[in-house]
This record gives sequence, structure tokens and C-alpha cells, in this order.
Amino acid sequence: MAPGGLVCTLRAVGAADREVAGGKGASLGELHRAGLPVPPGFVVAVPAFRRAMRAADPAGAIEADIAALTGLDIAAIERATADIRARIVAAPLPAEVAAAVSIAYEALGTDVPVAVRSSAVGEDAAEASFAGLQDTYLWVRGAVAVLDHVRRCWASLYNAEAVSYRLRQSMPEHDVAMAVVVQQMVDPRSAGVMFTCSPTTGDRSVVAIEGSWGLGSVLVGGEVTPDSFVVSKVTGEIVRRVVAEKPRLHRMAPEGSGTTVAEVPAELRSRPCLSDEEVRALARLGARVERHYGTPQDIEWAVTGEEIVLLQSRAETVWSSRTGEPLARPKARPMDHVFEQLSRPVLTRGDD
Amino acid sequence: MANDGFSFPLPSQIEDVPGAEGWRSMYQYYTRFQPEDDNRFWFHNAMHFPEPVPAFDTITSEVPYTAIGANTARLFVFPTTMGIEHRIVNGRVYITAIPILDPAEIEQRLATFTERAGHYYGNWDSLYEGWKAKMAGLIGEIEAIKVPELPAIEDADVVFNNVGIAQNHYLRENFHRCVDLFSKAWHHHTEMLMLGYGAYVVFFEFCKQAFPEIPDQMVARMCAGIEVIMYRPDDELKRLARVAVEQHVDDLLTEGCNADEVLAAMAERGEGGQRWLAALAEARTPWFHVSTGDGFYHHHRSWNEDLTVPFTALPRYVRLVRDGESLERPTDQLKAERERIAADYRALLTSEEERAAFDQMLGLARLVFPFVEDHKFYCEHWFTTQFFAKIREFGDLLVRQGVLAETEDIFQLHHSEIDMALADVMLAWSAGSQPLGSRHFGPIIAERKRMLEVLKGWSPPAALGPVPEALNDPAVRMLWGITAETLATWAAAEGDDGQEVHGYAASPGVVEGIARVLTSVNEIGQVQDGEILVCAVTAPSWAPVFGKIKAAVSDIGGAMSHAAIVAREYGMPAVVGTGHATRRIKTGQLVRVDGDRGVVRILG
Repeated sequence: MAPGGLVCTLRAVGAADREVAGGKGASLGELHRAGLPVPPGFVVAVPAFRRAMRAADPAGAIEADIAALTGLDIAAIERATADIRARIVAAPLPAEVAAAVSIAYEALGTDVPVAVRSSAVGEDAAEASFAGLQDTYLWVRGAVAVLDHVRRCWASLYNAEAVSYRLRQSMPEHDVAMAVVVQQMVDPRSAGVMFTCSPTTGDRSVVAIEGSWGLGSVLVGGEVTPDSFVVSKVTGEIVRRVVAEKPRLHRMAPEGSGTTVAEVPAELRSRPCLSDEEVRALARLGARVERHYGTPQDIEWAVTGEEIVLLQSRAETVWSSRTGEPLARPKARPMDHVFEQLSRPVLTRGDD
Repeated sequence: MANDGFSFPLPSQIEDVPGAEGWRSMYQYYTRFQPEDDNRFWFHNAMHFPEPVPAFDTITSEVPYTAIGANTARLFVFPTTMGIEHRIVNGRVYITAIPILDPAEIEQRLATFTERAGHYYGNWDSLYEGWKAKMAGLIGEIEAIKVPELPAIEDADVVFNNVGIAQNHYLRENFHRCVDLFSKAWHHHTEMLMLGYGAYVVFFEFCKQAFPEIPDQMVARMCAGIEVIMYRPDDELKRLARVAVEQHVDDLLTEGCNADEVLAAMAERGEGGQRWLAALAEARTPWFHVSTGDGFYHHHRSWNEDLTVPFTALPRYVRLVRDGESLERPTDQLKAERERIAADYRALLTSEEERAAFDQMLGLARLVFPFVEDHKFYCEHWFTTQFFAKIREFGDLLVRQGVLAETEDIFQLHHSEIDMALADVMLAWSAGSQPLGSRHFGPIIAERKRMLEVLKGWSPPAALGPVPEALNDPAVRMLWGITAETLATWAAAEGDDGQEVHGYAASPGVVEGIARVLTSVNEIGQVQDGEILVCAVTAPSWAPVFGKIKAAVSDIGGAMSHAAIVAREYGMPAVVGTGHATRRIKTGQLVRVDGDRGVVRILG
């Protein structure tokens, strides 16, 4: 399954394939190619989205409905987008799309639980505004359920926030598209995010890791204060560690599909969710991803106990985009640095 | 910073310790807090003066501070700092640096500083060689000083060689020479040290700016020397352990062995014993001139004076040698690691310009670092232990003359009071009468000893007065580790649940264990295997005890404090610069030392 078709495997896509695989799909494919641990899966590519949308909305009614809105009338947007989403979810899938997705799903194994994740196409900022786990469905099982959730991902392109964002930015509707990543579900003991530079100071010599018990959604949703670790890229040492009280976790629902909230057993709540070994291994993986892309990354990860997998990587944008004056320039003699610095008072009540 | 307007307790609010109200009689008028001192920031110099200071030992604050300020304010003319002032209250030494904030004055001083410091930085290595020779000269001089015997009748040579000066004159002259040499040694101590801190602080602060999360110890690791003199005494013990095993005399070096008994038994063990004794003799000069403390109290004796510390460490090293463990420090590996760390940080900088500046600063820091690490051996250890030994000889003389009851009593007198006692002896010898000193000093000395015991129980606040406007002095930042963050930590400590002590994360790792709180270096023998050492400050010669402990916690210390360096060397967690761990933690308590975050938690 190569790019260009309705569906393609993760390992078939790379960073250059954002237009067909979306940002998330392209990024995961790229990680796969770089030899990094990514759960196996496939991308329901943009052509499948286009085909399905043509079938669901042959007259281009959706585009017309949105064109009639303004970015300011929130209530009208809410009403119109709810209607659009309902139409997309309810529309029968074109047979060739349904067949391609079902075949790709069954190739993963029998009744394999998967994560179905939206992977929007567009500029970085737009992708960023769609990013997040609200567009991700975990523990989906069976071809029918997968097809159902693929449509929900497509529909999320038309949630109220996304549409009002596009209206405000005057982004043309006919350019928007959504790919969907379907990936074998990992059952994480712990999961979280990591930055390959310090999110608070921009320090590029460290990897900052946050994690909690169970699925990463509990952390991204802000339901628990995660454990946090700062690891030196230079020495691999854990230079800072804050173990938090983590009373809740997200895990697979008992009925085998979807997720549910559970209490963390008392004895685990204030225990670190990662061993030192795992923290260091994660940091090494993070540094590899950064080296691969050549720029600091914001990565989602999960740990099962046997293995570590990466679920997403995107460019860190806050610090990487800063280009300032060099902190120091060479001087005629090394000692001139001393003369400069020792002639500056060191105030205890600075601007910061 | 949240420091605005915050004030620590004021000097004037400190009350006399009950039962020691007369503490002022031990200290000179120029060490007393004045009413106007309430307007300035002071911190307890617990690094050098963790215990109440006996009257004679005030010389180790008086003289160093005359030398440090002379160096920064008058000799090199540091642009933003004058010198360090000190005050004594309830037997503890508080200090403050006087900053310069007027831009015009800074500018003016900078011109002179550039010229003068430039001479030292530009010729650092050759000046350091010359410096060692100067220190060796001073050590030779102090060792050669004779404490005169006061014979009933003068030697005939004094008459037939027309000397014309009797022995009682030399009593005072030679005592003064001891004090004068001590002063010279301290001038040399600061001669290169303040510039050393200056160069290091520049590299340190650049690293902190470029890598805000970089641990202090990582900056030090990039500069640290590999062949550090302060490691030598401990290395010599390892060598002696190897020789003992090779010569099959290691059975004598057992846990709890007594040094004198071992020496006697070695002498009976034929050639092997002789070889070991020869190796010991070789190690003793100069390496056993290392102090069991850091040279700021008279009771910090050298290994040569008291073999207990080295002989406490030897049995463990012997065991390790027998078990086939290499006691060699892997110097090539350490060196390669140091280069790799520096190269990795360098590569993370964002421009070639920054990398070129980094190279310059690192180069200069490495140039000065050997002096910063090694000067102590010459000054605080070798010279100072010999100085105190010489003062003890004067104590012996005062005992013989009936002025003092015991030798150590001399340390209860200020050096100006010893002057008086010597005048008394000189007069009595001259007149053929008895010195009056015991009647005068006897009760004074007894009272001072009693008060010092009482004062030991006082917990001095880490800081006094308002948060300062500036912390310009590089030594205050780098040596004492006093930064805006330290002050914020100390200020925060005024109101937490009392179960946590915060400090610098000096060496990574987390362990739990039983605390052993040491208030004096003399208690070092109490440390048991697997305990967590809690102390005001550690000295380099404590290295052997690091073989026993699980973690180290200190009241004071920054990036370059010895507790930090040695803990990293031994790969154990350490939290330094806590301000008051020895006050808050009690021996026997279970504590968790988190060397990653710089937190010590009292668990019970």
C-alpha cells in the first residue's frame, strides 16, 4: 500500500507525505522509517476522505453552509457544525473505501484493538489547533467500529472550534482535508509526553519528560499532575525529578472498547510511574528523534513494561522559533570576558 | 525574585545565649555588631566557622579578612566589590561583602583591574609555580621558628659573640613572627584565589545562561583537574594498603587498630614491616600534613599529629585490595569523560560565535582551576597545621612558666592576650620573680571554656538583615554559594512544615538512611557504615569517611564545595548549601536525601 492509494501502511509514508497522510500520519511514518519504535498501523489517506466526502455531500452543501457563517456568531456555528458532523457520520461509506480500510485493519491481526486518530492536513498552526486527544479514539475493536470511528475523525474537522478558527483565519474550505491514522493499540502501564528541550527555559541540553499511570490521555487532559523528570542529554543523568500524587488513570473500558477512568491503587499513587532505566531510555529515544529531525521535538510516548513506543512527534515551536543575539561573542583575549562580567553588578532584584 | 522587602532576623534582635552572656570578653571590639549593621545583609559563615570560635581561633577570621579585602579592594581593584567584613555574635562568625554600585566608580576601578588582573591571567602558570615556591618558603620558615628556652643562665655564646640580646626578647619576637607568617600565608592564599573565582564565575554564569538546567556540578566537571593535590593524601592511603598486602603485613591493619600499636608491630615484622614503614615515612611528608579539618580551628590537627584518621581508613582499603578491587582512580577515563561533556555542551550552543566564546571561557576556567582546587593543601593544611603546632609550643612554654594549666589553654587567649602573657613571662624571668599570669588568666580561661560549651547549643540563623541589593563578590557566589536562589530558599525555610531541608542538588541520586549529624570534625570517628552524613561543611581530608556513608548533606557550600566534589567522586547523592540541616536534622533520624532535586526529607 503506497502513498497515492486510499490507504497506505505507516512505514510507506514519510515527512514528505503530509498532503496525503496528514501531519500525524507523516510524522509517525517518518519515525518508523528512522528505526524508532512505533506501533504498527496504517493511514486512511486524503483520497479516501475526498471520495467519502463526495459521496456524503455531492452538491457541496457543506462548503456553502460554512460560507454562510461568520466567525463571530458562535451559536450559529455550533448549530451548523453539529448538523454537518451528523451528516458525515451517518453517510454510508463508498464501498471501495470501506473495503480498503477493512483489509488494512484485518492485516493487523484478528480483532486487534486499535487507536483511531485524526491526522489533519494543513499549515502547522491549523494542525496544531486540531491536535489533541479529543480527536483520538482508543481501544477501538473490529472493522465496523473502525469504519465508524474513521468517520468521526473526519467529522471532527467540522467541530465548532476548528470551523470558527478557519473562518477567523479566512482559510479556504476546499483546501481542508483529514487523514486518519489507525494504529495497533498499546496497553500502556505508563504514558506521557516529552520535550527534547526544556519547556520552561528552552534549555537544549535536557529532555523533559512528564508521565502518569495508564493512558496518556489522563495527562493531556490535565486530570492528574504528572511525574516530571529532567534528563541531561550530555550525561544521561536524571538531573531533576518530581514524583506527584497520581490518584487517577485512564485505561481500557471493561467492555473492551473505549476508555474509562479508574482509581490508582493507593500504594502506586506517589510512586514514580517510570523506573530510572525507563526515564533514561526515553530520553535517549527523544534525543534520537531530535537528531533525526534536526530540531527540538514534542513527543507522545507509552511504556508497556516490555517496550517503549512513540505515538507522535512534532516540532517544538515555542523555543525553536526564537532566534536571539548570541549570549557571548569571542573577545580579543579570554580574560576580557572576566573584565566585562566583573564590571557588571549582580543584582538580587532583577527584572525577572 | 520574591526577595523584595524581605528581611531575615536583625543582628540587634539576637539575644545572648543564656549562661554565656559574657561571650563578648572572648572577642575584640572590632568584631561586634553595631546598631547600623541592622541595615545590611549578613550570612553565617558556617562553611569555615560551624562551631563557636575560641579566642585564639579568631585569628582565622581576622587574618583572612584582612587579606581578602586587601586583595579585592586595594591590590587588584575589583570593579564591583570591596572586601568582606565580619562580626562575631554568640561565638559565630557572620560576614558580608561590600559592593560597589556607582557606575562611574566601577568604570574607574575597571581600568586598574584590567591592567593588574591581566598581568596574573596572562602569566598564570608561571606565577602559580612561583607561588608554590613562596608558600614552601613560608612553611619552611614557620617550621624553623624556635620557641626560646629560658635558661637560668644565658648561653655563653651570647656574651662571647657579643650578641647582647637575651632569650626573653625572642619570646615575643618569635611569637610575632608566627602571627606575621600566618598573615603572609593568607595574603598569598588570596593572591591568586580571588582572580581564580573571577574566571570560574564567568564560565559558570555563561553555562547557566546558555543551559539554564545545567547542574552546578556539570560546570565544575568540565573544568575540574584530574590530578588534584587534595586527592593525594587519600591516594597515598590506598598505596599504603597495596604495599601492606604485597609485603604480607596487612594482617596488622584491622578494623579498630591503634596506630601506635601497628607501628610497633610493623617494626617487629622484618623486611616486609620495614618496607611498609618506609612507604609510610615517604607518604607522611608532605601528604600527611593534610588537616583533619580545613584549618580554621586549632583542633584541626594534621594526620601527622594524629594518625587516627588515616589508620581508620586503612583497614577498609586493605580489604578492597585483598578483594582484588582496583583503587586507582581511572584518570584517563575521567579525562576523556571531561572532554566529552565539554564537547557535547559546546555542540548544543546555537552559533559559532557562542562556541568560540565558550572555548575562551572554558580555557580560562581550566587555567585557574588547579590553583582553586590545590591551594588549600599548601595554606589551610600544611602551613596552618604547622602554625597551630608552633603556637602549641608556646603553650608548652607558658605551662612550664606556670601561666597556663595545660597547653591547649593557650587557644583560649586572643593573640594580643598571649602578647601580654609573654610580657609577663619575660619580665618575671628578667626580674627573677614569678609570672602573675595564672592568677589573671586562670579564671578567664575556665569561664571561656564553659561558655564555649554553652554556645555550642545555639543554632545560628543562616542569615541576618535585609536581602541585599547586589551579590557582586564572586567568592560569595561561588565559594559560599550565596545567590538570589539561596536567599529565596532560606527565606522560604522560615515557614514550611519543618520536615524538609532544601539546598543545592550537588550530586545526583536518591537514598534513605539514618542521619549522623556532626557538629565538630573531632566527631568524625562516630560515623557508622551506611549512615547519611549531615554536617556544617566537609573538608577534603574527610574523603576516607565518604567510603562509609550513603549520602552527604551540608549546611553550606556551592558548586565547588568539597562535599559536592567528593560525593560526585564517590557517586553518592549530596545536597549542599541547605543553610541549617545540622539544626533541623538529629542523629538517628531516618532521612531521604534527594540529590536530584536538592531536598532532604526527615521521615522520622
